[in-house]
Amino acid sequence: MSDFSSAFSKAFYLLISGDAALMEIIMLSLQVSLSAVVFATLIGLPLGSILAVGRFPGRGAVAAGVNALMGLPPVVVGLAVYMLLSNAGPLSVLELLYTPTALIIAQTLLVTPIIAALARQAAEDLLEEYDEQLRSLGSSTLQTISTLIWDGRYRLLTAILAGFGRAIAEVGAVMIVGGNINHVTRTMTTAIALETSKGDLALALALGIILLGIAFAVNAALMSLRGTAERAAHA
Amino acid sequence: MRKILNRVALALSAFALSLAFAGGPKAAAKPFIILQSTTSTANSGLYDHILPLFTQKTGIEVRVVAVGTGQAIKNAQNGDGDVLLVHAKVAEEKFVAEGYGVKRSDVMYNDFLIVGPPADPAKISGLKSAPAALAKIASAKALFASRGDNSGTHKKELQLWKAAGINPAGASGTWYRETGSGMGATLNAAIGMNAYTLSDRGTWISFRNRGDFKIHVQGGEELFNQYGVILVNREKHARVKAKEGQAFIDWILSAEGQKAIAAYRLGGQQLFFPNAGENGG
Repeated sequence: MSDFSSAFSKAFYLLISGDAALMEIIMLSLQVSLSAVVFATLIGLPLGSILAVGRFPGRGAVAAGVNALMGLPPVVVGLAVYMLLSNAGPLSVLELLYTPTALIIAQTLLVTPIIAALARQAAEDLLEEYDEQLRSLGSSTLQTISTLIWDGRYRLLTAILAGFGRAIAEVGAVMIVGGNINHVTRTMTTAIALETSKGDLALALALGIILLGIAFAVNAALMSLRGTAERAAHA
Repeated sequence: MRKILNRVALALSAFALSLAFAGGPKAAAKPFIILQSTTSTANSGLYDHILPLFTQKTGIEVRVVAVGTGQAIKNAQNGDGDVLLVHAKVAEEKFVAEGYGVKRSDVMYNDFLIVGPPADPAKISGLKSAPAALAKIASAKALFASRGDNSGTHKKELQLWKAAGINPAGASGTWYRETGSGMGATLNAAIGMNAYTLSDRGTWISFRNRGDFKIHVQGGEELFNQYGVILVNREKHARVKAKEGQAFIDWILSAEGQKAIAAYRLGGQQLFFPNAGENGG
């Protein structure tokens, strides 16, 4: 397979040439997936913490439900969001189908259960350590939750990165709700699918290599942020 | 330290959110239509060649959603598109008859090909009749990759099997392999497993992973591949941009649009042949 070596040289060439179309696609992918992760974090962290701390009937069932939703197939999420946003659907008035916002909605739905489930686990572990202390201080539930989120922030970072990984890598949902429209909703993954279907396997693989590089860069940036903060905290 | 981490997190979120909302208004500033179309036209590069000419002339941007004909028609029925450009005449006429489309017009044609491994295990090379070739493939139980996705090409393939008097459904999973995916993915699969398949000429010429595969059957009348264009009916979905959509249809059927289609060549070969108005439609 000469495609492999040619893929690496293509990836390298595309990056150093600063190919405008590629940059546009990279920016859109980052825009969509980072936004989805921000929204999913805003929903998922509190939800996970409430499930860890709260004592209410059906809590176990909800937690199991959230865990199960981690396995949501992207294509199903895409189909559901398509049916909601379609002109024949209930939310047609928003006119969001085939826009970047539709991609963000789909990915947020996909990522929220991951962040919520992992956050619940992290918060539960931490709660075991802190339970007595929090109780002796007479913390309210809200105080407990905010303490757990703050003190567990490094563990939660892993949850958020897992969510980002899922978002940036999925193709099924963005293909359906975005339509892979050039210059509008074409992301890295739909571009890879397109080049594969055109039979340009080397270019498709080159885009895959670049996508992996982007995921690595985002992870490295957040991890180093954590390292810096930890060092400063101990200094 | 908390503050710094907070600030960085905030800045990152703000960046993501500002990007999130930057996409909408910028995109909405220019008039555009959604064209529901097929992978065979989009992947061949035809739209990259002709659409800028239309946009330059009218200021209307054309956003192409390229899916199989079956899905394109379904999307258009849901009102998720202004214009439909596909290749399954019977389904297109049904779409118009049911009131989802205003009117169907011929745009252009090319033809289908039966491609396959160079060894040609079913000995079909050079046959003029596609149904006869399929009959030989079936009797040799040679591998055949079908789209299996209700696309225009899939519909054509089923017609050809019918003409051959064979129902391949019973052999599905044995020598008859339904990929359930687009033309390119099906070509990749066919090449991967040394199977024959039916492809439109546009996709075949522009396809980059042909390996040593060859065209075995072409030129028969049954392999004719007609593309039609339809404006989605505003009476079904009020949000359809009828004016802009009609402007696109008028252009692609005009002498200028037809000339642009004929001018698109790849590797010295013409991929699509304009024929608007030739058959009174």
